Amino acid sequence: MAIQILIPTPLRVYTDNQDTVEAEGSTVGELLANMTDQYTELRKHLYREDGKLRSFVNIYLNDDDIRYLDKEKTSVTAEDTVSIVPSVAGGGCL
Amino acid sequence: MFVTTESSVSLSNQEVERYSRHLIMPEVGMDGQLKLKAASVLCIGVGGLGSPVAMYLAAAGVGRLGVVDFDVVDYSNLQRQVIHGTPDVGRSKLESARDKLVAINPEVTIDMHEMALSSSNAFDVLGDYDIVVDGTDNFPTRYLVNDACVLLRKPNVFGSIFRFEGQVSVFATEQGPCYRCLYPEPPPPGLVPSCAEGGVLGILPGVIGTIQATEAVKLIIGVGEPLINRFMIYDALRMKFRELKLRRDPDCPVCGDSPTVTQLIDYEQFCGVTPDTQVLDDPSSGDNVTVEELKVFIDNNEGVFVLDVREPQEHQICSIPGAVLIPLGELPNRINELGGHEDMVVHCKSGVRSAKAVKILRNAGFKKAKNLSGGILRWIDVIDPSMPKY
Repeated sequence: MAIQILIPTPLRVYTDNQDTVEAEGSTVGELLANMTDQYTELRKHLYREDGKLRSFVNIYLNDDDIRYLDKEKTSVTAEDTVSIVPSVAGGGCL
Repeated sequence: MFVTTESSVSLSNQEVERYSRHLIMPEVGMDGQLKLKAASVLCIGVGGLGSPVAMYLAAAGVGRLGVVDFDVVDYSNLQRQVIHGTPDVGRSKLESARDKLVAINPEVTIDMHEMALSSSNAFDVLGDYDIVVDGTDNFPTRYLVNDACVLLRKPNVFGSIFRFEGQVSVFATEQGPCYRCLYPEPPPPGLVPSCAEGGVLGILPGVIGTIQATEAVKLIIGVGEPLINRFMIYDALRMKFRELKLRRDPDCPVCGDSPTVTQLIDYEQFCGVTPDTQVLDDPSSGDNVTVEELKVFIDNNEGVFVLDVREPQEHQICSIPGAVLIPLGELPNRINELGGHEDMVVHCKSGVRSAKAVKILRNAGFKKAKNLSGGILRWIDVIDPSMPKY
């Protein structure tokens, strides 16, 4: 079952400039693992070397942060949308 | 909500005329307009976001507006920093901003803070205002502003932009979460590109900045539903706003139940800004070559291979003669194209991305790969000033 993952602008360089990718999985963790198998460069931007999600990257299931659901074990269905939301510093832009 | 109207504040007949479109709305009215006049807002940065924020808040009649910046207006600012104009290039951003704001509304008091905000001055500067609007462009200042706002209990109207995408929220109100609840730690330097590296649609800060200004006005007047506990993402390409839920993290080191950060810290260190990038761009290190050295290599036909790791759009603006383009993001998958090139000089715009590329190349066996110190910007400054800078 393919589920849509929304890719934020700063990470699109690692997904061949696609703003949405599809991956299979029944939990958020499986989904992200399958996605980073397809787009290997994305892995080090999402995960630390110890395999944990980086703390400046938040994963949302629809409009909710998975940290407040079941984290990476949060289950997903075909109707769900998963978004990756990284921190962005830009403002004045020197 | 945050401002109590002093009885001494009143509007002149001229001000009544100026604010008449506010005054006739029941949600603002005379009470709301007097609250605006009694209020003070601090704009951190008068760049892309700070421009619309400061201009609209001045026009709306916020009584006292503080602006913090230490930069000078540059041609590359004008595509989005609409408070500054072509005649302002080379002037201090604060002076340029003050002239515009006074022209828009001479009733507003403008406080100019010509400084880089730091842990040693943040409390003094922020403490004097009701609301803080964060329009900065770097992680250390973002975390500094956040922590100072939480510790001072000041609402922080946050906005951030990159390319076609913006983020906006209201943090650090008494009931709401703070920036650290959303992102406990910053990314390691260089992992997330800056606007200077990645570009930004000139209109984008206009959209995000006007939302920030709207939220500041709503907080002052105390109307509507503020963007607290909500994180808004705007995608200009799809023309879509998305709203995500935001919660106060009970374990947040600043605003959580048992805070561990109770005073301002060293934010440069917290964001890891110093060590890695500087060492890699240190011209005295053996990993680097200077633009002068590269010029000699090229002139003497020493067979040096020049690799440009910027994006194609940047390569189109200006490039070092003979340089081959492989953007940093594509490098790991295209390393095989580089076979046979032993002596390699890698460059980008200013030397940060190329330093990362050199690491990747050395790990892949290109032990002689070197970084061009200062990137193409320094090449233009020193070797070929006829090329355009961006």
